[in-house]
Amino acid sequence: MSGPSKYQPTSAVGKWFHERLPIVAFAKDHALDFPTPKNLNYWYTFGGILAVMLVVQIITGIVLVMHYTPHVDMAFASVEHIMRDVNYGWMLRYLHMNGASMFFIAVYIHMFRGMYYGSYKAPREVLWMIGVIIYLVMMATAFMGYVLPWGQMSFWGAKVITNLFSAIPFVGPEITTWLWGGYSVDNPTLNRFFSLHYLLPFVLAGIVFLHIWALHVVGNNNPTGISVKSDKDTVPFHPYYTLKDGFAIVVFLIFYAAFVFYGPNYMGDAVNYVQANPLATPEHIKPEWYYLPFYAILRSINNKLLGVVAMFSSILILLFLPWLDTSRVRSGKYRPIFKLEFWVFCVVCVALGFVGAQKPNDTLSWIGFLLTLYYFAHFIIFLPLMGLLEQPKRLPNSISEDVLAHSHGKLAAAE
Amino acid sequence: MKKFASLLIAGSALIGCAGLAHAEAEKDAKAISYSFEGPFGKFDKAQLQRGYKVYQTVCANCHSMKFVAFRNLADRGGPGFTDAQVKALAATFKVSETDSKGDTKDRDGMASDYFPSPALATIAGLGAIPPDLSLITKAREGWHGTFNQLLNNVGGPQYVYSLLTGYEDPPKGVAPIEGKYYNPYFTSGVWISMPPQLTDGLVKYDDDTKPTVDQMAKDVSAFLAWTAEPKMEERKQTGLEVLVYLLILAGLLYAVKRKIWAAIH
Amino acid sequence: MADTAHDNVNRRDFLMVATGAVAGVGGALVLWPLITQMNPDAAVLAMASIEVDLAPIVEGQEVILKWRGNPVFVRHRTKPEIDAAKAVKLEELKDPIARNENGKDGEAASDENRVVGGKENFLVMMAVCTHLGCVPLGNSGEFAVVQGNAKTGGWFCPCHGSQYDTAGRIRKGPAPENLPVPPYKYLSDTKIQIG
Repeated sequence: MSGPSKYQPTSAVGKWFHERLPIVAFAKDHALDFPTPKNLNYWYTFGGILAVMLVVQIITGIVLVMHYTPHVDMAFASVEHIMRDVNYGWMLRYLHMNGASMFFIAVYIHMFRGMYYGSYKAPREVLWMIGVIIYLVMMATAFMGYVLPWGQMSFWGAKVITNLFSAIPFVGPEITTWLWGGYSVDNPTLNRFFSLHYLLPFVLAGIVFLHIWALHVVGNNNPTGISVKSDKDTVPFHPYYTLKDGFAIVVFLIFYAAFVFYGPNYMGDAVNYVQANPLATPEHIKPEWYYLPFYAILRSINNKLLGVVAMFSSILILLFLPWLDTSRVRSGKYRPIFKLEFWVFCVVCVALGFVGAQKPNDTLSWIGFLLTLYYFAHFIIFLPLMGLLEQPKRLPNSISEDVLAHSHGKLAAAE
Repeated sequence: MKKFASLLIAGSALIGCAGLAHAEAEKDAKAISYSFEGPFGKFDKAQLQRGYKVYQTVCANCHSMKFVAFRNLADRGGPGFTDAQVKALAATFKVSETDSKGDTKDRDGMASDYFPSPALATIAGLGAIPPDLSLITKAREGWHGTFNQLLNNVGGPQYVYSLLTGYEDPPKGVAPIEGKYYNPYFTSGVWISMPPQLTDGLVKYDDDTKPTVDQMAKDVSAFLAWTAEPKMEERKQTGLEVLVYLLILAGLLYAVKRKIWAAIH
Repeated sequence: MADTAHDNVNRRDFLMVATGAVAGVGGALVLWPLITQMNPDAAVLAMASIEVDLAPIVEGQEVILKWRGNPVFVRHRTKPEIDAAKAVKLEELKDPIARNENGKDGEAASDENRVVGGKENFLVMMAVCTHLGCVPLGNSGEFAVVQGNAKTGGWFCPCHGSQYDTAGRIRKGPAPENLPVPPYKYLSDTKIQIG
């Protein structure tokens, strides 16, 4: 936010308060008046949707904790108690459970939108990196939350994922023992996961604040990727984007509600309705859908340590994205080769997800390996090379010129 | 538009790959239909009452159902027994209780009691621990595939129905296993420790329905669908209200948004 | 021209107000599940009434039961205790109201109004001091019947010294009200249902 605040307290009390804590001015500048490019499309509404999902998850989570018991003997039964006895317990639990999936759907769209329009490029590198950290914390939070109902997949998922750390040379076994608080996933593990699952969303809220702060320092990117040049390029956030985001949020809630009320267990795994049994592994262990691409990368490499390294690298590489992409043009709209390659990359990610969902076999391992190679090649080879080699299309002079061109185009088409 | 086309491609890739998933059981469950399927489906109360009888007469001898209490039988959206019927049903069971002096005494079951579990002695030596049935129709899948399950649910009740009616002679060349029974619908392998349970006329129904094996399997699987998801009717009803509300709000917001933005483009 | 502009403004205002109202109502409705989830759940409500067999409780004996999470006294009173309770004049009472869920509101706190007619020997009441919720001690306090060295009937709250007589009425100390009688009825001659 540049320039002095437009907020002028009208009452004596307002003035008195403003001189001591200018929070009203802060809120007005950042939530109402913030100048926002006027050409943001609906892919840009997912930031607001994510904020809503975080609030929904925190509220339903706090309420569920009032009825949940974090103990290996009672956790499963207490979730059933919520589902059967607590007033609206079934709804709160299904909202929370499906909310996690919705959160990830929204975050993936948000991330791929950022990748397509080059939202990670200067001066938004820090904004992007904070986003990657949010994504990592989300993954940790969701993983620990999934353990809490203490079903078969909760238990075995926890066991497999915590065992990833045993691949660390020399100290691996000690680290897993430390994570577990014992020699396997057991009550101490459940208790600490519960504690952290309650803590991390608030940490997440704090990092989200930093994310928005960073956004408001550099301003929004936009589909043209061109920087804002004058007041003509922007509109105040309220009412223009509060309403556009509001509409998108409600449409997203319809999608969310359809799952909660008509297919609440569709995205879950049936085996998790069997209470955890440390003596019998389910026949097919797979994580929740939002981890599947990374699970495929893990399995595609036939070496414990390298597999784990590949999996973590595939996420951490996102931190370096601003420097791996060498193109001077931000938006993929004006980059013909990148555009094509971007969609191939999306298909590769989805395909990795499918490979991750299947029972492993030789053919699939090969496919998984090739997809993994492509995944890394996208970042390490294609992005740097494309930026140097491709000839971008002509950019419009300004955001408002682009918007005008589009509305004229529409008018011409209408006539 | 191109973006949507790309999404579509990704989407069909997704569905195609899901088809690769192979079923855990040898055969997918028989795709019979129930009254409670679909967005407006409700439980058939008479069927649940019959299913309860099959459950108590047959299944409960070996299987526990520890998350369901007698009082639930009178809950809204359930089998629809009256409070008096529930009290009488509960009183047919004995519950042992330890009093303040440390003596164990049997008393009549009450509505607030949970379904009694079979004695450990009964299930000893069966070759496997019979699973708890409270959630069985949510814990088993009748068929697989992302798209298939989206359209047809996971098929838990169909799994139970198919298992109960799906005992077969092992195919030629497959040697029988002592104490195991051949059932291609079973979730883990084809050999199940549970012998066939239902025979025609095994349970005396209180209504005019003929207690054939097929009928009993349908009724008990419907009953188990209710025990796994007792709030299903409330859920669908609330869902309808929520969706109607959200659609209205979305329409209003869209209208306001268009009005506000009209001057910008 | 001016009319059209005016119409537009009106329509925009109406839409805005309608949207705001619908969103507000929705927000308010969402609060309800979040609030009512803290109310007693179905498992708690199922335990809302208990049945008590009176036959094993001998004269002069008192049992404490748990009903809806709170202790309840069921006392088989002796003749002298009943007589002592009946002899008390209403003017002497600190709280002149019966506090009996089974009687009419505001009934006088006579001994008859604290028990079921014909069953005066059984006194059923909450074992929760009306001062701050402690469980009073039985067979003690200044209002118990003294027989030899022993005291029978009468309650004394150890927390802040409230004293109740043989009908559970407050007579001395900080407690403001008589011990309340919960709703109960006789299912048979020797069996009651509380709640």
